[in-house]
Amino acid sequence: MNVLRRLAPILAPLLALLIAAVVGDALILTFGQSPAAVYRLLVDGTLGNAYGIGQVIYKATTLACTGMAVALGLRAGLFNIGAEGQLAMGGFAAAVVGLLLPVGTPALLAVPVCLAGAALGGAAVGAVPGVLKARFGAHEVIVTIMLNFIVLAFLNWIVATRLHVPEQLHTPDIHAGAIGRLAGAFPAFHGSAANWTVLVALAAAGFMAWDLFRTRQGYELRAVGLQPAAAESGGVHVGRVWLRTMTLAGAIAGLGGTNFVLGYKQYYEEGFAAGAGFIGIAVALVGRNHPVGVLLASLLFAVLSQGGLAVNAVVPKQMVDVLTAVVIIAVAVTVPEMQRLVRGAHGANR
Amino acid sequence: MIVLAFLVQALRIAVPYLFAAAGGVLCERSGVIALTLEGWMLTGAFSATLGSYYSGSAWAGLVCGVAGGLLAASLHALATVRYRADQVVVGIAANLLAVGATRFFLRLAFDSSSNSPRVSGFDWFAAVSGGGTSDGASLLSSLANPLVLLGMLSLPFVSWLLNGTPFGLRVRAVGERPDAAVSVGIHVGRVRWLAVLGAGALASLGGSYLALEQHQFTDSMTAGRGFIALAAVIFGNWEPRRVAVACALFAIAETLQIQLQGLQLIPSQFVEMIPYLLTIIALAGVVGRSVSPAALGRQVD
Repeated sequence: MNVLRRLAPILAPLLALLIAAVVGDALILTFGQSPAAVYRLLVDGTLGNAYGIGQVIYKATTLACTGMAVALGLRAGLFNIGAEGQLAMGGFAAAVVGLLLPVGTPALLAVPVCLAGAALGGAAVGAVPGVLKARFGAHEVIVTIMLNFIVLAFLNWIVATRLHVPEQLHTPDIHAGAIGRLAGAFPAFHGSAANWTVLVALAAAGFMAWDLFRTRQGYELRAVGLQPAAAESGGVHVGRVWLRTMTLAGAIAGLGGTNFVLGYKQYYEEGFAAGAGFIGIAVALVGRNHPVGVLLASLLFAVLSQGGLAVNAVVPKQMVDVLTAVVIIAVAVTVPEMQRLVRGAHGANR
Repeated sequence: MIVLAFLVQALRIAVPYLFAAAGGVLCERSGVIALTLEGWMLTGAFSATLGSYYSGSAWAGLVCGVAGGLLAASLHALATVRYRADQVVVGIAANLLAVGATRFFLRLAFDSSSNSPRVSGFDWFAAVSGGGTSDGASLLSSLANPLVLLGMLSLPFVSWLLNGTPFGLRVRAVGERPDAAVSVGIHVGRVRWLAVLGAGALASLGGSYLALEQHQFTDSMTAGRGFIALAAVIFGNWEPRRVAVACALFAIAETLQIQLQGLQLIPSQFVEMIPYLLTIIALAGVVGRSVSPAALGRQVD
């Protein structure tokens, strides 16, 4: 029983992955292919060569940021569905800052300024549901969903009318603040989009761990997530914690936007977020809202996402979208089931 | 004539909203968050296309569309009602599932990543007049569609269901006071199952309308309409009559934007924001605060 209790937090995600694998088998069989061969192709195309690994690192960087943005919210009992909009705004802000800086600004100055711009842009979007929840009790799920549409429509408008390169849906190249590719130091990654923004994601995970488990604010955050009423009577200002959490979550998601804008393309492009905010929900759930778990889960979903491209010639890459969704639903189903099985188990987040 | 053309266009835009919002009201009044309206619509659109393609009959397409919606909704009910999974998580994931699965099966069925071949729809009037010779004929032919009439009836139907039948009384009880409902012998799970299935069927009718009217399925063709319908449900304060007004309002705004496109008065992106902005304002309670069903999203043991 003790062993079971200790394993419970990872047992549910593992069971969910097993369910997804079975669904994947069925999908592959409908295309008349061999599941084993397709899975092998998927792994070979991602972890089997340096380019694939580079692409996985690149995709995991964004997913780790959006995953943390969702996980941080869940720790405080808030459902941050807005990572998509926060990510887009962060990327856009980084591009604007990079365009405003004069050409030739030293990277040592330009990169931190662009990163700060991204964090601020994301934080501003994250703060809105925080304020509306703290002040008016507006449910953050609906507000963040609606805000995604508003933010994306606003960014589309501003890029289409003010900032785009003719005939394109993206801004001009930034003047300063570009982050180098990993290939610069490790030539094996040549051609992949992997860049040093991965360090930003790792630093964000370190910060999240420190903030959650080593500071008073983090303690209050977790207390609000477990029992808002008890936290309130214990002297915690719940509304302030909500606002702070959503702002911080927005900032982390916003930093994720620099992976594309500063590290990969050096411009903001309409639709670059491409669902990373929603996959962040899967990352947070499978990672059990723990920074380390989120990093591992972001690798897993990055492998799936990149693997979809690797198998596309044989089976439609949309298979991995289905599998991602199945993993989320399966985790949502198995976690409460596991908790009922192992009553009082560690890891009750909601 | 211009007024008539405007109204017809607004009505055609409103039909999918009315269906999905009717489903949303039914689902949410039973206490289950209706985040998957979009996914049910998309599933309905795709399965209606499949049905119409393989049978050559729009009616068969309609039946298949509803069957697809029921299938998607039963997965939702299984996860959230039977297994008490978090409704928000499942709601979001089910939308991703619908997008991914329809794309996957689009490749499987039609070997295309963008659209299906042309399928038959409800072209009653066009068949009679030989394909809309005058403006008036083409206007009327776009309304000669059983789904337009059904769409207009969908919210009154849900209103009657909720307020005029014993089943509706149970739905409201389960959505407001599930504990009290249990104590008078109502089977909460069963009522929620039926409400979710009803919502899936209604939303899929909206999706079927889209696909059959355009005579094909295109990738992600619902394009956020399910979320606009959800916005209408919240903005309409979960009351069918006000939700219908909200749907009409959103459809009129969209029609205005399309009609005035040439004038460049308001950027289309700002018109797109209207439903979402109004919903956030309504939720924040600045004017006439929206109050959700008391047990919305709450699980019952």
